[in-house]
Parts: sequence; C-alpha cells; structure tokens
Amino acid sequence: MTEELHEVRLVVNGVPREAHVPARRLLSDVLRHDLRLTGTHVGCEHGVCGACTVLLDGEPVRSCLLLAVTAGGHEVTTVEGLGTPEDMHPVQRAFRECHGLQCGFCTPGFLTTIAAYLEDHPEPTEAEAREAISGNLCRCTGYQNIVASVLRAAEITRELSAGGRPIGRPPADKSEDES
Amino acid sequence: MKPSPLHWTAPASLDEALTELARVGDEGKVLAGGQSLLPLLNMRLAAPAYLVDINRLAELAYVRADDSGVRVGALARHAAVERDAGAYAVQPLLRQALRLVAHPVIRNRGTTVGSIAHADPSGEMTAVLALTGGTVHVASAACRRDVAAADFFSGPLESSLAYGELAEAATFPAFTPGSGSTFVEVARRHGDYAVCGLAAVVTLADGVVASARAAYVSVAPTPLVLDLTDAVRGADPATADWAAAGELAGGVVDPEADIHATADYRRHLVRVLTARALAEAAGRTGKSTTAAA
Repeated sequence: MTEELHEVRLVVNGVPREAHVPARRLLSDVLRHDLRLTGTHVGCEHGVCGACTVLLDGEPVRSCLLLAVTAGGHEVTTVEGLGTPEDMHPVQRAFRECHGLQCGFCTPGFLTTIAAYLEDHPEPTEAEAREAISGNLCRCTGYQNIVASVLRAAEITRELSAGGRPIGRPPADKSEDES
Repeated sequence: MKPSPLHWTAPASLDEALTELARVGDEGKVLAGGQSLLPLLNMRLAAPAYLVDINRLAELAYVRADDSGVRVGALARHAAVERDAGAYAVQPLLRQALRLVAHPVIRNRGTTVGSIAHADPSGEMTAVLALTGGTVHVASAACRRDVAAADFFSGPLESSLAYGELAEAATFPAFTPGSGSTFVEVARRHGDYAVCGLAAVVTLADGVVASARAAYVSVAPTPLVLDLTDAVRGADPATADWAAAGELAGGVVDPEADIHATADYRRHLVRVLTARALAEAAGRTGKSTTAAA
C-alpha cells in the first residue's frame, strides 16, 4: 500500500521545520529520521523508559507516544535545543559536574524532563528530585548522581537567576499537597 | 515497534468528529492523549484502519466544577484535572488518584476521559468514576446518551461504548458533606500498574461512621465497588475496627493470579490496603479541602 503523506509543520528548537510523513510516523522518528535531530533517543517505544522525552509547548512528553501529525502546529524542544557545548543548559552543566551519566543513552530524556521540572519547582528536595525522575530509566548510574545533578542544576539556576534560560513554559498553576 | 499503516483525520469540531466516527464505524478508533493507545499501536496489539484524532477539539479541553461535582471534557489532560483547584475542592479523590496515574510526563498527555474509555481494570480513574457514582456522557452522530458508571464497564478493556460513539465528557459527583477520601495502591514500581489499589470514602454523621465504601482496581475485570459499612457502622472514626472492614472486603473479592502476584497475595493486599485506606479517609472527614487546596 502506498501511504498517504501528511504535511507536518513544527517549530523545533525555535526553527520552523516541515516534513511529509505517513500518519503513523511517531514524533520521535520524525525528529530523528526526517529532521536528522538524533539527540532524542528511542529506547522502549512504548512510553516506559523516558529516553525519548521532548518538550511539547514547554511540557515534557514522550515523543514515541505521539504521532507527528498530532504534534503538527506545536513547538518542540529537543535536547539539541537546551544548550550547546559552549553554552550548556544548567541541567547539562550539572550532569557534567556530578557525573550524572555514563553511557549517555537515557540522558537526553533526563535532561528535558529535569529542565521542565525545575521551571516549576526551582528548589526541590532530594525526595522531590527522585520523584521528578521516576518516569525515566537509567541502567548505568544507579540514579544517585542523577539525583545529585537535579539538585545541582537547581543550584546553578539560582546562581544564574538573572541570566536563566527560558524554555517557553508558562508559570505553573500552584497546587499544594492536601496533607 | 511502529504502528501499522492507518488513515488519520483531525476534525476541527465535535460535529465533524462524530460524522467521521460514524463513517469509519468498526474500523475506527478515537485518539486523544494516546498514552494507552499508542503503546498498543506501536506493539501492534491494535491496528485500527482509521484514527479520529480529537486533539484539535479545544472545546473538549475543560474541567468544570460546581457544588454538585466535576465535569471533565474528553480532551482535559490528567495534569490539568490534577492541578485544578476548583475540582480538588469539590471532589478531592480526583487529585488523590491522579497522583498515582503513571508519571507526570504521561499525565501531561493522557486524558482522564480517555483512560475511562480505555476501561483498563487497573486504571485508577475507572475506580474514581465508579466510587463517585459518576456518569460518562456519550455522543454520536445520531444521539447523545448518559451512561452510569455501573453500566459503563463491561470487561477488561471493554466498555459499553459502541462504534461511532465518543465519550465526550465524564461527571464525577461530589461526596456528601462529612466525607473523606483517599486512593492507595501497591505497584511493583512507583507509577507502574497497581497490583492492587483502591479508592475509599468514609462518611460521618453525628461524629460516627455512617458509610464506608471502596472501589478496587486490578482485582476484578471491572472496577469493583464494595459497601463495607456493615463492619464499622456507628463506630468512632478514631477507634473503628478498619481491619474488620478489610476482612469483609477480602472475603468478597475473587482476584486472579498473574506474573506479578498470586490471587492470595492480591486478596491479602485487599485486606491490608482497605484497612489502611479507610482509616486514612476517615482522618480526612473533618478537613475542608478548600482550605488545604
């Protein structure tokens, strides 16, 4: 069967992009194959591992659980959009300082997830940091250094507070625990 | 690990979506948040010929709360329902349960009505709908109908939705004044499917227990609602024999074994978690959620 192609327009890392893809193509595959942005990694392809997490209009989502055609018209931020080797995002700096990665496969998903989390929760406790990364799997680190990286990233962000990098997320609707 | 070929449409209005659903009939599937459907498509456990994508129907992305309850539109994401202060004030069980639904990143996309329509027997929101005595508002090109929670779930991953129908919204009524609620579960990993879980509500009248009820996930093919009042009626909530209510529940459930847990272990969890949940719910009967929200 010849598949019908759909035109998908996205703003990826601030740059308007378009692709002509079958409806069944996942956002993760459009990013990697069509747009050649291979920073987004694909692990399980059913939403469990978190490696493919990107920001959709500033909110972290699994790009393997999103059809690219559904994402059309929206803004996507991938790990490539967080920072560059010369100008790293605070979360990337923290991962380097704290040895928050080993093989690096899961890292893009952690970076995007944590970057968005810290926008809403600038001063997490260690327990909150653990909760924040609970949807991402890492098979190397044992998580200790990733938790340390979350806390260090929050610290770096505070240090840089005047020059912090906005990543397009609107202020959070504050909601408190009932207990 | 990729979906099979499919036709996709993204209607711009509810009427258009219903027309399309009527047209594609039993070959069609509604795509909302996709956090359960996309894994099924990726693993090719489902291969619908047509997907009707409702993600552009902004008119269905609402959470409306009034004194009587909370109405949630088909495109309201879990995260939006969880954060909604008005919804929490009227029906706190929504937020109490949503915190156990997968992970925050999944809740950013997944929809509350979608997870009810998916009818997974381990889905927390099915139990919330059942315990609150909620209603699913169903729309099709031909008509509108309301389905009570008790009639909605017909089996694992099966609901009374017919082809061509869309679960347009769900209503979760408020509990009667003097009620406290909670949701507790045990899962292999935090955020994973519950091995056993329950929503619980305790209602006091004149300072003593007037009603104690619970709705269970992962122990029956559909959310199981049990009235456990007989074990604790008239008791002081501080000293009530919640373990007796747990025993009562454990004697009624008939769970199945799978690779995660034996039937006996699940029954044990029903006993223990019921006692724990009812005690916790009873402790919240006096608290105004509005003040805490």
